[in-house]
Amino acid sequence: MASTDIATGTLERYGLRDEQLRAIFRNMLLQRQLDNRGFQLNRQGKVPFALGSEGHEALQAGAAMAFNRGSDVLAPYYRDLGLCLGIGLSPYEIMLSIFARAADHNGGRQFPNHYSSRAAGLMSFSSILAAHLPHAVGAAYAIKYRGEAGRAVLATCGDGTTSEGEWHESMNFVAVHKLPFVMLVENNEWAISTPLEKQMAEPQIWKRAAGYGMPGRRFNGFDPLETYAAVKDAMDRARSGGGPTLIEGTCYRYLAHSTDDNDMTYRTREAVLERRKQDPVPAFEAVLVEHGVLTPGDVSAMRKDVLRETNEATDAAEALPYPQPADLYTHIYEGAWEPWQS
Amino acid sequence: MAVVSTQSSVMNNVEAVRATLYEAMKNDDRTLILGEDVGARGNVFLITKDFINEFGPQRVIDTPIAEASIVGIAVGMAMEGLRPIAEIQFADFIYPSYNQIVGEAAKIRYRSNGEYTCPLVIRTPYGGGVRGALSHSVSVEALFYHVPGLKIVAPAFPADVKGLLNASIDDPDPVLFLEHKKTYRLIKGEVPNGHYTIPLGKANLLKEGSQLTVVSYGLYVHWALEAAISLEQEGLSVEVIDLRSIRPMDKAAILESVRKTRKLLIVHEDNKFGGIGAEISAMVAEEALFDLDAPIRRLAAPDVPAMGYAMPLEEEYMSSPGEMADAMREMVKF
Repeated sequence: MASTDIATGTLERYGLRDEQLRAIFRNMLLQRQLDNRGFQLNRQGKVPFALGSEGHEALQAGAAMAFNRGSDVLAPYYRDLGLCLGIGLSPYEIMLSIFARAADHNGGRQFPNHYSSRAAGLMSFSSILAAHLPHAVGAAYAIKYRGEAGRAVLATCGDGTTSEGEWHESMNFVAVHKLPFVMLVENNEWAISTPLEKQMAEPQIWKRAAGYGMPGRRFNGFDPLETYAAVKDAMDRARSGGGPTLIEGTCYRYLAHSTDDNDMTYRTREAVLERRKQDPVPAFEAVLVEHGVLTPGDVSAMRKDVLRETNEATDAAEALPYPQPADLYTHIYEGAWEPWQS
Repeated sequence: MAVVSTQSSVMNNVEAVRATLYEAMKNDDRTLILGEDVGARGNVFLITKDFINEFGPQRVIDTPIAEASIVGIAVGMAMEGLRPIAEIQFADFIYPSYNQIVGEAAKIRYRSNGEYTCPLVIRTPYGGGVRGALSHSVSVEALFYHVPGLKIVAPAFPADVKGLLNASIDDPDPVLFLEHKKTYRLIKGEVPNGHYTIPLGKANLLKEGSQLTVVSYGLYVHWALEAAISLEQEGLSVEVIDLRSIRPMDKAAILESVRKTRKLLIVHEDNKFGGIGAEISAMVAEEALFDLDAPIRRLAAPDVPAMGYAMPLEEEYMSSPGEMADAMREMVKF
């Protein structure tokens, strides 16, 4: 991995302590377990829909480590399970979303993976790509306007979203106003069935930064530590009044877009298996074991613990009730509502 | 109307918008105005003239020409505790921001189960009669009034502009505030001094009458009133209701009037098909069909894409006070 200095054989850990490295790896394991669980529950007929983030684990676990809880704001998109876990959402909260239970933050209204939590600084978002980015910009404006030094907004999207007009509008505005804003593009090369070459003539998205008058860089999103360093640099710059940055992490989408997609209609199993050779989860495990951060026994225990936590979260959420029919009618406006005033 | 002061000033609709925005900016530093040319230019109708000097460019934001993000950024500000007032320079330019209004702002509270809210005002000048052609004349209310989560206001008089804009700014949910630009300088009136609000969803009975109820809003309120007054010389008694709010809408006021006059004419500048009149007609048919002595009638724009620039095309599209008087006369005599 790039984080290992080949010349010296030492691990470039960007100041991260052992427990932080272990937390990143545990987040990666948890993402994969929860992804699996969502697909299993769908195939069991227990939930109508699931959407996985496999291939994004390193990127998201690394990025989340650069997020300051209780201070920063996250404006994610629907393939950000690991980021949301990493900033404080629990597997139980994830399962409430998957099972659409009343106790879910969204009250079972939103699709799975459309997390929001005011307490965690996680902005509510829809499935309309890039529509959340102006919201993230507005939040960054509020932070700067109120003079809240040390806070910044981390906004994310996939490569597909960078074709939207609001992506451009958001990038332009944050640059004009030098807002505390980081645009993290998770480039997994696929916009559902549409490959990168059909989306854009210049596949290096980070290069657009120059056109907006902000710094940009690309990093290996299969390397959680390189990701952490890139996101931390950009967030620190934003927090200290240095303005926005566009950063692009390269990764790959191992699963179909969702449980309702069949990716074998537009790509080959061989192509996916070829990219599986770079799978960031076993790769980071090997790095941590090689450098003595974890023993094989530790890894085994961690996997068991992640499975236990996932099972407990699944059982706890599944046991809870759905929202009631009457819940359809709440939170439309403040207070009771009737379009006809009588 | 909770009037704090008995003093009043005469102003037109533009001045009423300006005075109300000024007061809001003075009273709450969470309030920001953002839009195209609202700063140095002071808005194309000079509504925010000199605001940027007094309140600064951080609070009076000249945005890039990008309507989707004007609204979208205001949504984000509102979600994070500010009280933004977004301006769409002309209602015709609101289409690029349609998703931000309908898909986002109107659903923030609902989709987050109340965790996030969106206290946002979107102001925009709309309407014709100003030789504005296809892209400076439209009425957009029917494109939005279908949408739960939004509120829509369309005042006609300066005192209502102030009271309803204050109420919209105070409102904890997104409000689309429609200002008829033909009325901007044409319509003057007494405006109470001091802070007051008019609740959204309350119509105003402008003229009492016994033989016909006319319901309208915006510019056409003035023309309908003119027509109704002229018909008094013929001994015809027409009641005129100014809706003021389109969503929520004052069902009680409409039904009370219709049950008295037993006839209903709805007059609006927007297209007839699927317009505001359609919903009012359906509501009255559901609630008061057997109180009616005549079929409900709608006088509204023809089913064409827009009013044209050439004077005959604009005039043909719009209803005149004379046409309104004719429709009223026919209804009374039915």
